[in-house]
Amino acid sequence: MDRAAVPLPRQRTAPTGQARKRRPKREREGAAWVFLSPWVLGAAVLTLLPMAVSLYLSFTDYDLFDPPSWVGLRNYTQMFTEDPRLLRSVLNTLLYVVVAVPLQLALALAVAVALKSMKRGKGFYRSAFYAPSLLGASMSIALVWRALFNDGGTVDNLLGSLGIHTGGWVNRPGWALLSVALLTVWQFGAPMVIFLAGLQQIPKELYEAASVDGAGRWRQFLSITLPMLSPVLFFNLVLQTIQAFQVFTPAFAVSGGRGGPADSTLFYTLYLYDRGFTASHMGYASAMAWVLLIAIAIVTAVLFRTSRSWVFYANEEGR
Amino acid sequence: MTFAPAVVRANRPRIALHIACLLVLLVMLYPLGWLVATSFKPADEVLASLALLPSRLATENYTTAAAGIQGVSLLKLFGNSLTISIGAVLGNVLSCSLAAYAFARLRFRMRGPLFAFMIATIMLPHHAVLIPQYIVFNQLGMVNTFWPMVLPKFLATDAFFVFLIVQFMRGLPRELEEAAKIDGCGPFRTFARVVLPLTRPALITTAIFTFIWAWNDFFTQLIYLFEPGKYTLTLALRTFVDTSSQSAYGPMFAMSVFALLPIVLFFLAFQRFLVEGMANSGVKG
Repeated sequence: MDRAAVPLPRQRTAPTGQARKRRPKREREGAAWVFLSPWVLGAAVLTLLPMAVSLYLSFTDYDLFDPPSWVGLRNYTQMFTEDPRLLRSVLNTLLYVVVAVPLQLALALAVAVALKSMKRGKGFYRSAFYAPSLLGASMSIALVWRALFNDGGTVDNLLGSLGIHTGGWVNRPGWALLSVALLTVWQFGAPMVIFLAGLQQIPKELYEAASVDGAGRWRQFLSITLPMLSPVLFFNLVLQTIQAFQVFTPAFAVSGGRGGPADSTLFYTLYLYDRGFTASHMGYASAMAWVLLIAIAIVTAVLFRTSRSWVFYANEEGR
Repeated sequence: MTFAPAVVRANRPRIALHIACLLVLLVMLYPLGWLVATSFKPADEVLASLALLPSRLATENYTTAAAGIQGVSLLKLFGNSLTISIGAVLGNVLSCSLAAYAFARLRFRMRGPLFAFMIATIMLPHHAVLIPQYIVFNQLGMVNTFWPMVLPKFLATDAFFVFLIVQFMRGLPRELEEAAKIDGCGPFRTFARVVLPLTRPALITTAIFTFIWAWNDFFTQLIYLFEPGKYTLTLALRTFVDTSSQSAYGPMFAMSVFALLPIVLFFLAFQRFLVEGMANSGVKG
């Protein structure tokens, strides 16, 4: 938008000769490629080539020492027919994504709406709520989490005093996954900050007009805030979902590095690490990486497709 | 006199909101307070006692933590983390700003498709390139060095920051560059003398985020570093994951405090850049 507002002097078609017009253009193009060269090298050597190699390896048996041997689709068929732990990791990851992401976004939205109208202290709360998003990815916090949700930890004691004896979430299948999900919810600050920025861009006149028409707060939220915020909501949903699929550190810490108890926190990435770097099945791990890539691509595509029916872009109103 | 009740009534929801926010904040900050308190607890109180505050301020956890793990001192671990993080910051600021300038301001063939590809790599799961990258670094003899953590940053692989800087650069007035061009600056001098200084807020955001992410990173370090002398703080903490005997709890949390300290300090010093940077990444554009 900013770009269109600024006239581009380059587009003036002054009657200079063809030759004179062309040379500086090519020079500038050359400069662009110089600026771009680190990125081009990185994209080629550290992204595109590895993707191709990873795809190739996914059809092989490879242990890093002997040359890879072609096995066709065996890794893929093995994944879905002979590997119950893999299916378990898929289910765990899906369950975690479905629990953690909506809870996190709902909390982020609720807090953002609460902060929006605040006159004093907004900046303080915004920063304070955001802090866990930076700390939460660390091993330190993951270890704190394990201690808090352990047998005899604060959460266990707190629930115990209410007469609910959990015996520690970390030690119980089902509950351990929930404790990892809560760590994700705890980091609601990042999407909240984005929500808040989005809320501030909604024109005040809309609310004024609505209240003149007699719309209550809830009605205003449903009819103005949510539709106007839907692009931001969509952005957060896609971003957080993609990130949640790749969660690793907290699962590693909570489960003692092995996905326990009873494989209940064996997340997909944890199992990928286990297959590739503990068991040295690089071919199998590559196949897992490709299934993850495809799964994320499908989920993103589905989100984009459904977004057409609920994401509202103000500047495309007339379409 | 007559307006007093009205003021009270108008303030009541606001006060309730503040109380609610403070309560949520209290719950959220509890784990951090607990961490600090526990790191000062004597061994017999770490889990046995329900009190948040220790009965005496025990510093032995910190002396144990300072001795480090497996013969590597805390200072060395800290230094290793710092080396990786600073290397990553230098790499990202340099390479991402170069790429961003090309995408934001220069014209070249394939700009549209390449930009789209760059955006797509933001969503690419790291695992899709992980194993071949490992093989490459293994072939180059760089496993168990810091290079696998630092080198990719010099090649602008963190597309998120390229995007962040592009967004910022697009907001800069073009007239300044035109003026520089009229004054005889080539694209490189224009970039270095005019655009880069103006982009400083985005560069600071990039630097701080890169530092924090590199400092927090666990997965990459877990894969590439295996010799205790090369361990980072994160990897040192990992050794506590398997052995969580009660006696190790105190030193573990003392070390955790050290691992969180730089992030907390960065956050306190630069919270404006961080929060604004996060806000801008999602909304503008």
